[in-house]
Amino acid sequence: MPAAVAVGFLLLPLAGLLLRAPWRSLPHLLAEPAVREALRLSLVSATLATLCSVAIGVPLAWVLARGAWPGRSLLRALVTLPLVLPPVVGGVALLLALGRRGILGRHLDAWFGVTLPFTTAGVVVAETFVAMPFLVVAVEGALRGADRGLEEAAATLGSRPLHTFRTVTLPLIAPSLAAGAVLCWARALGEFGATITFAGNFPGTTQTMPLAVYLALERDPDAAIALSLVLLAVSVAALVALRDRWLRPGVAP
Amino acid sequence: MTGLAARVVVERGTGFRLDAEVAVAPGEVLAVLGPNAAGKTTVLRAVAGLVPLSGGRIAVDGEVWDDPVTGTWRDVADRAAGLVFQDYRLFPHLSALDNVAFGARARGARRGVARAAAAAWLARVDLADVARRRPAELSGGQAQRVALAGALAADPAVLLLDEPLAALDARTRLELRGELRRHLTGFAGPSLVVTHDALDALVLADRIAVLEAGRVVQTGRPVDVARRPATEYVARLVGLNLYRGRVSPAGGGRVDLDGGGALVTAVRDEPPGARVLVAVPPAAVTLHAAHPPAGSPRNVWRGTVTGVELLTDRVRVAVDGAPPALADITPAALAELRLARGSEVWLSAKATETVAYPDPAAAESRPG
Repeated sequence: MPAAVAVGFLLLPLAGLLLRAPWRSLPHLLAEPAVREALRLSLVSATLATLCSVAIGVPLAWVLARGAWPGRSLLRALVTLPLVLPPVVGGVALLLALGRRGILGRHLDAWFGVTLPFTTAGVVVAETFVAMPFLVVAVEGALRGADRGLEEAAATLGSRPLHTFRTVTLPLIAPSLAAGAVLCWARALGEFGATITFAGNFPGTTQTMPLAVYLALERDPDAAIALSLVLLAVSVAALVALRDRWLRPGVAP
Repeated sequence: MTGLAARVVVERGTGFRLDAEVAVAPGEVLAVLGPNAAGKTTVLRAVAGLVPLSGGRIAVDGEVWDDPVTGTWRDVADRAAGLVFQDYRLFPHLSALDNVAFGARARGARRGVARAAAAAWLARVDLADVARRRPAELSGGQAQRVALAGALAADPAVLLLDEPLAALDARTRLELRGELRRHLTGFAGPSLVVTHDALDALVLADRIAVLEAGRVVQTGRPVDVARRPATEYVARLVGLNLYRGRVSPAGGGRVDLDGGGALVTAVRDEPPGARVLVAVPPAAVTLHAAHPPAGSPRNVWRGTVTGVELLTDRVRVAVDGAPPALADITPAALAELRLARGSEVWLSAKATETVAYPDPAAAESRPG
């Protein structure tokens, strides 16, 4: 019985979204330039954030999985902190670090004239901060589970570490890397708190879909519902993409 | 110095210490035979560079690969010792062909060149028709041959095989043993085969080194190891009764055994008091219901049957006495003697088939 309540509780809001959707005016609502702009910005920034996460998250996962040095478990805890940290806090922290007067942002501004807050790059930074741990956790788990014996075998055949990583390890963890990347991308796409805190809410540069939904809810509920439907569709697509790798019972990610 | 010359000293935190000396000439096959946990695989891993030495030295064709004293170390990838792992360790995402081509690719060969060479190697192990299959689609015997081809295709300075046939079923093992012997003969460098199977060692190797508890206790040609085992472990593997003892001052080839009793042996040239091993094949031991009549020089003693086991065409009887012995008799003899556990019997063994030879363990522990 409580389980049925839980199912209803989880599904009812989604059903409400579908029932109340202004299906007839949907094409018209989604065709609006502001909506298209928010959608484009969301897709681009989430994809860039995912690429950044892969570029620096995979080496981090490697260090966490294979390194043997003291303090490793502490670093792992710190790295996964953004998973549980309220995104708004993340945004504030990013401002203090990378803001115009932040610890590092001050120098970025003075030396390179680079300012991150309230720019599209800032959106990518905020999304990467929040979403990268998803990728790191997935890849680290895969690297721990990967057969070290195969890397040994590669070495005895004359393969150097980088070649081994590219030709043996990476293909072995590819399913988990893909799953981690999809999770990371989906998380980045829905990112709200850190983005609005660190990057603000400027249409065209930093106003992503979730921000647009929130704003539209006040003046044009139908538009908010339409935007939400798009995000819902993307989430379902992500789930479908993950189904084989992530949701099959008994299969290690 | 060509070939492999190694003294492998590896210490583990658990108190285990491996200290084994192996020398293998080019073209020679040395089998390291020993029970589980004797340190056999560690010898291979040390030569391949997967385990650093704590002491000793590894040199191949005069080049030092590992010497902790001078701090010399050659990386695993630069040694490229052809190691065939017990579980083969084929790359699951690559075809059999690309598995064999892996070594050449790792060293920068072009894909086409590496694949052509790999195809030739696959043909040599009769696997040309499974070149495109993934390891999961190969049988155990095929996987073993792919692993061997992959190791050989990488043009190794030494060939190292870890229990090459252990993971196979009995029939495949029989088939592959002869084939493996052929490939080992065809390899020009030194080969080191680790096994706990006496048959593998006897068939595959030119020489056998017996490794027990981290020490080489015997080295020799297979025929010598089989005839004159130095330890109970090897004696059991090759099916011999083995006793330790001392040449008796009484002379005449008599040896007083450590465990009680004495045997007249074929030994002549060992001085009285010398430590010797005495090997008696079970087939040379005869059982009698009563004291046998006197005849040719032989050993006669009493014992109690502790076990009877039917082998295919004969019966192996375990007898406790001074000394205890295994005796192989015919089923007819068993029926005639009506032997069962607890039966009292007389044993006899011809002196001519009772071989005595110097005890290597005693030579090692001799002071000075």
